[in-house]
Amino acid sequence: MTKNKSRLVVIGNGMAGARVVEEILKRARDRFDITMFGAEPCGNYNRALLSNVLNGSRSAAEILMNPTAWYRDNGITLHLGVKATQIRRQDKLIFGVPLSKGAAAYAVEAAAPPDAPAVIAPYDRVIIATGSRPFVPPIEGCAGPGTFLFRTLDDCNQISGCAKACRKAAVIGGGLLGLEAARGLMTHGIDVTVIEAASQLMVAQLDFEAGQMLRDTLEGMGVKVMCDKITARVVRDNSRITQLEFKDGSTIETDMLVISAGIRPITEIAAACGLAVNKGLVCDDQMRTSDPDIFGVGECVEHRGKIYGLINPIWEQAQTLADVITGVNPRAAYVGSKLGTKLKIMGVELVSLGETQPSQAGDEVVAYREPSRGVYKKLIVRAGAISGAILLGETDTAGVLTQMFLSGAPAPQRRADLLFGSSSGAPVLSVLDLPDHARVCNCNGVTKGQIKEAIMIGKCRSVSKVAACTKAGSGCGSCRNLIVQLIEAYAGEVADDASESYYVPGVPLEKSQLAAEIRRLGLKSVSAVFRRLAGGKEYPASKAGLASLLKTLWHDEYEDERDARFINDRVHANIQKDGTFSVVPRIYGGVTSPAELRRIAAVAEKFRVPLVKFTGGQRLDLLGVKKEDLPEVWKDLGMPSGHAYARAFRTCKSCVGADFCRYGVGDSLALAQKIERRFQGVESPHKMKLAVAGCPRNCSEACVKDLGAVAIEGGRWEIYVGGAAGSTVRKGSLLCTVDTSEAALKYLGRFMQYYREHGEYLERSWRFVERLGIERLRSILVEDHEGIGARLDLEIQKAVDAYNDPWEEAERPAYPEQFSGPESARALEAAATHG
Amino acid sequence: MVELMNVIRLGNIEKIQRGQGRCFVVNGAEIAVFRQRDGRFFAIQNRCPHRQGPLAEGLVGDGKVICPLHAHKFDLVTGAGAEPSEYVKVYAAREQDGEILLMLSAENN
Repeated sequence: MTKNKSRLVVIGNGMAGARVVEEILKRARDRFDITMFGAEPCGNYNRALLSNVLNGSRSAAEILMNPTAWYRDNGITLHLGVKATQIRRQDKLIFGVPLSKGAAAYAVEAAAPPDAPAVIAPYDRVIIATGSRPFVPPIEGCAGPGTFLFRTLDDCNQISGCAKACRKAAVIGGGLLGLEAARGLMTHGIDVTVIEAASQLMVAQLDFEAGQMLRDTLEGMGVKVMCDKITARVVRDNSRITQLEFKDGSTIETDMLVISAGIRPITEIAAACGLAVNKGLVCDDQMRTSDPDIFGVGECVEHRGKIYGLINPIWEQAQTLADVITGVNPRAAYVGSKLGTKLKIMGVELVSLGETQPSQAGDEVVAYREPSRGVYKKLIVRAGAISGAILLGETDTAGVLTQMFLSGAPAPQRRADLLFGSSSGAPVLSVLDLPDHARVCNCNGVTKGQIKEAIMIGKCRSVSKVAACTKAGSGCGSCRNLIVQLIEAYAGEVADDASESYYVPGVPLEKSQLAAEIRRLGLKSVSAVFRRLAGGKEYPASKAGLASLLKTLWHDEYEDERDARFINDRVHANIQKDGTFSVVPRIYGGVTSPAELRRIAAVAEKFRVPLVKFTGGQRLDLLGVKKEDLPEVWKDLGMPSGHAYARAFRTCKSCVGADFCRYGVGDSLALAQKIERRFQGVESPHKMKLAVAGCPRNCSEACVKDLGAVAIEGGRWEIYVGGAAGSTVRKGSLLCTVDTSEAALKYLGRFMQYYREHGEYLERSWRFVERLGIERLRSILVEDHEGIGARLDLEIQKAVDAYNDPWEEAERPAYPEQFSGPESARALEAAATHG
Repeated sequence: MVELMNVIRLGNIEKIQRGQGRCFVVNGAEIAVFRQRDGRFFAIQNRCPHRQGPLAEGLVGDGKVICPLHAHKFDLVTGAGAEPSEYVKVYAAREQDGEILLMLSAENN
């Protein structure tokens, strides 16, 4: 630990805890030595998106906001799976215990394994961000198998697991989270009943009429809804749930039960050490508790008598707390938050802001209802500003409305504009009018200023790029049109978003989906893909990517339309800045012969090649060759193509290895040549450059190649993947160590095939390896946990077998004009024409 | 309006592979002529205004061409580039009886 730094301990690694640390690091990177306790076993994730995980629309990994690497990179000591149990204020120490496997992170009792040693962290300052736990109403027989709460990723997994074996599920609680849970359960194909104690759904966010309409919409989707029902007893047969019994004596059958009846702050640790705790941990406007060295943030906090259970207040509290604790602005004050929510249910559009009913004299209510479409819109205007709004069934204007509500901006004269957009089509609220600190994305707490920076400095030109850079727009999505407006304002034009999530623009499918569709429909040419999957539109920017994928999928069955190829692949040479080409013949393992060198020299003279140069891949490059000369050049060379122009296996360089070098421990030359002869020309998402080193001194730089093999003592080879030494420098990750050169070829081939199948178009191997993680790759490719090893071996063998030397087209062009240069034509005929 | 046009016969349509382009030199000017897969013909100046890349060698589709050097994109009908303030000169081209015709107005010459 560094001296002088003050020690900050954050109790809680949820959205509030992680966010406040982010805010602190932004203000004063080196102020604190930070230690975090997180009872859950993973890094911070977006809890508001849990229902998306339950309904299968997102994976757990996709809602992760701070992966463990983030903590490491920021020098944070993270105690994962460790629950803080005691704050000893007299000694300034925090005690924690590791939770046993399967224990709920939010349980009151810290269920630690009996022999687990305590974790002790000394502090100067503490931030309590313990969040809240689900409230469980008193119901007889509630505890036991088949009953679930819905708060953590772990809960989510358990609910999904149980739902697979059930026919009927009941959800207690018709609030936001209960409805999202219910809809999530429906995706598991079971009957779902929502049970609400009040007389309407979402009583905190909707008026009665909207609640009724939402009920109709949900029932139309197959969710059963019961209001005014208080559950009294869970009836079990042995331990298995069979029925729910209500206070009025009625019953329903069910196999499982999810309770989502509200949340309560977690305050035991604060109360036990004598901090002021009321309903929640009491904090002042600087987010300080009754101890000046201890702060609070998030759902565990009670501020001015209010407890919040939504995201927006977390962002605001975290900012204030960070300002205060870092000293950037000791007088910063949090004065409370305005609340807005969006229901994230597939097929239901619903946004609710602020108040649901007029409450003061002079409140103006604007409402629109269209029951046949399930549309209801309501606006409460107070003193010219929006004090509440409900948009159900149609939420196009939600982004603008939310901004005006949060900022308190004056509502436009024509109130209808806020519900339907302006009649002229002009934006009701110009994003340009928003101040930089206005929060555009409430799910992730991203301000206009941050988005502007991503657009102007980060060059993000599409909503998904902005999302990748700032997370804005990746939550509920209601701010996406504001982001579009910002991109238009600061960058002119919004780029085609498709090119990022889709494999190629214009074909709205990700790579795996696209491959499945291509196989299912038997599409063997690029034009067939456009015809069947892109509405007949031929996107030029998509052609080469599709060609690469089709070749990978169909091998020699692929119908090769040459117009889908990039010019380099049409003429098997690399286009240069002046429109001439570079010619690199294959020199296996960098080993050539006097005869080859003589031929190369002769060609260079005969065709007046302006530049002959050694490449980085241990070959010779003839630069400045005219397109029409290419076939003759190849014929004279009498050597196969080196594929120095293709997104494919390029070359495998080598050191001299054990035969000559006095340090060599492996025959690198022989292996490099075997590799190059085997994999030459195999197409891949991006180029693959390889090397083999005869000893760990690595003269051939095998550690920074896309794939590399390094000889070690005992005749063994280390296989590296994902190395790079271009605009990014990355040491390859060790995939495995093998005993023979045959095994080296096998695992190199497996990696190549997996990369061919799963790499995004133009994704270099290093990025691919970083994206998937070497552990996962090792488990799939070496340990064969998915059982696909043999198939990968077979597929790469097919690709190897499909090899032919493209330079043979010197003798047999693919089409007559393949190598034609510009043709002269003359204006001969004049005619009058109607222009 | 009636305008004097020079009609240039570029020869059989098979001179250009379907979905590709080809460069013709007309009175010293390089013109890229494209034959889109749907049978439509387009003609623009061959040199990309960015770094003089040969547009005839670019990928073509949906009425657009992408320069092979730095992927600048141009609309084959209007000549407008995707980059601000970049555009290329557009000529009329079509097929007639299996032959490619290029129309140059007098001012093009």
